[in-house]
Amino acid sequence: MRREAKLGLALLLTPLALWLSLLIFIPHIDLFLVSLRERVGVGKYELSFANYLTFFNEPLYLWTFMRTAVMSILATMLTLLIAFPVSYYIAKMVKGRMQAALFLLCLVPFWVSELVRTFGWMILLRETGIISNVLQYAGLASGPVEMLYNDAAIMVGLVYTSMLFMVVPLVTTLESLSDEVVEAGYDLGGNGVSVLREIIIPHAMPGIVSGCIVVFMLCLGNYLTPTMLGGKESLWFTELIYSQFIVRFNWELGAAFGFMLLILSSLIVWGMLRLTGQSLEKTMG
Amino acid sequence: MRPSPLAGAFVLPERPTRKTGMTPDLHCSALTKRFGDTTAVDNVSFSVPPGSFFSILGPSGCGKTTIMRMIAGFLEPSDGDIQIKGKSVLNVPPNKRPVNMVFQHLALFPMMNIEENIGYGLRRAGLPKGEITTKVGEALERIGLPGIGKRKVDELSGGQKQRVAIARCMVLEPDVLLLDEPLGALDLKLRERMKVELKSLQAAFDTTFVYITHDQSEALVMSDNIAVMNEGRFEQMGSARDLYYRPDTAFVAGFVGDSNRWQGRVTRIEGGHVEVQSETGLTLRGASHGRALQAGDMAQAFVRPEAIRIAHGADELASFDTTITGQVTSLLFNGAASRVLVQGEAGHEAIEVNLPQSGEFANLAKGDTVHIGWSSDQANVFAAGGL
Repeated sequence: MRREAKLGLALLLTPLALWLSLLIFIPHIDLFLVSLRERVGVGKYELSFANYLTFFNEPLYLWTFMRTAVMSILATMLTLLIAFPVSYYIAKMVKGRMQAALFLLCLVPFWVSELVRTFGWMILLRETGIISNVLQYAGLASGPVEMLYNDAAIMVGLVYTSMLFMVVPLVTTLESLSDEVVEAGYDLGGNGVSVLREIIIPHAMPGIVSGCIVVFMLCLGNYLTPTMLGGKESLWFTELIYSQFIVRFNWELGAAFGFMLLILSSLIVWGMLRLTGQSLEKTMG
Repeated sequence: MRPSPLAGAFVLPERPTRKTGMTPDLHCSALTKRFGDTTAVDNVSFSVPPGSFFSILGPSGCGKTTIMRMIAGFLEPSDGDIQIKGKSVLNVPPNKRPVNMVFQHLALFPMMNIEENIGYGLRRAGLPKGEITTKVGEALERIGLPGIGKRKVDELSGGQKQRVAIARCMVLEPDVLLLDEPLGALDLKLRERMKVELKSLQAAFDTTFVYITHDQSEALVMSDNIAVMNEGRFEQMGSARDLYYRPDTAFVAGFVGDSNRWQGRVTRIEGGHVEVQSETGLTLRGASHGRALQAGDMAQAFVRPEAIRIAHGADELASFDTTITGQVTSLLFNGAASRVLVQGEAGHEAIEVNLPQSGEFANLAKGDTVHIGWSSDQANVFAAGGL
């Protein structure tokens, strides 16, 4: 019986172990090793930090790196600001079928691929697009208006793409807040602002943090949206990694960039958790 | 209407209650709440004098929670007025009303510790920090839990949470404290203890409590006054004793306490005494207590198991005007509240009778012949159709 139980456990753990080792550990270790070698001749490599040095010595790389981080944080905050009222409405203000319907509406855009969704934004925002035409027709603009290929367009795309991943954890945590507790907050003299600050937000904090982590990671690692909606000036760090791997065929530098991105995202998530006094166990468990 | 000072001198001796001259803490007049086509609360009026314990007792869905939520301000009445200390609060939002509520599931704030929970209302009122600390300390002292201020909500037992929930309201010194079935979530033993404790807390804080419950023993034990509610209306309002011994309606007679109940036809009326022939063939005598009944009317009769005397010999029951001889069909042992079911010889359904614990029935067994009887004053007869 004990042996059978052990066998069962081993079988159950096998997919997880395979997934972790084949898809996470081995590629990352390999990537790390690649990032640490320098090409000194044809087919000849040496162990060195040259790739990382290149990253720190080239202002464009550093600048793009910081830009990506700041824009991702901004996109995360914007997503939170928009998603919070939406989630509160879905979780607390409506009940039953309406609730399910609204939740489904948040999900519907994700039935089509990200590429198609991004094209949707391009149709709206481009020079000959719908918004531009409406503005001209209404006499608010004298000529065609180009709204694509800038940071604002990237931001719109990122927030739109991330919305669901913020709404889901927020709705889940807000649903677990009992109406009684909110009513008690008012009953004991609180107004809308203080109930929100002292009761609703502290209660939703695990959802806020986990939603923010997911959205931030998605923004930071997004490739499609910044590439399609951003212009020449709007470089995204993933574009740099892509160009090193695919265009320049410089896997060593690309791997180093990849690791810098991993370190950056880990640092920012860690900092955010410290700042909000949350722990990973509390938000994910 | 307030009597003039001179008139008051004549009125006072006749009304020696403390209500005289005091504005009630809470006064509801013609309170009505409609949700679409259904009327949840139908023209309810009542007054609660200062410092008293008022209960609204009714089955679930009778509208008692709706009344509570209207008083607290979470619902707008469709009609009628709510006055607290003589002032209408209809247009006052919940956070500005001088009423606080202890919720059914207590609704302590899980994100705060006990101190912060109790201090929440004081912080909202903008009191200085030092004063809040003092008041919170006093409140904890008052509920007999000093030194738990730094604990988390989920570290407390059910009874402790209960007391903290009350303290959280009482630090704000509300004119009226509303309690929405706060004992419902507790286990039986704790509930019994909390009943006594709530009553003494009410005395300690000297505040008006309005308590809603579907549990009659909670209402009977704690309240100065009870309103029995059914389908949005008050059936009867009075002291626990009134409701128990002198129910006004068949609903109250059936809802408060246990009763043997018969449906039948009035065969004879003599003064206040009514003779009823039940559908099952039992002839019994009861009192109408002033209710209009005529021979031939359909009627309902209620007799409490504890109002029925049980005896070994028929001669012991000579003073009672309803006596039945029958067999014990079942013994329902429940300690002090033990009962027997007695099946009369006439073939009607078994009657539940309280078993005296003085020893003479200790050997009573199934199948024994006994005599039971009650005086007609103890049997309440109502016109049927009132249900």
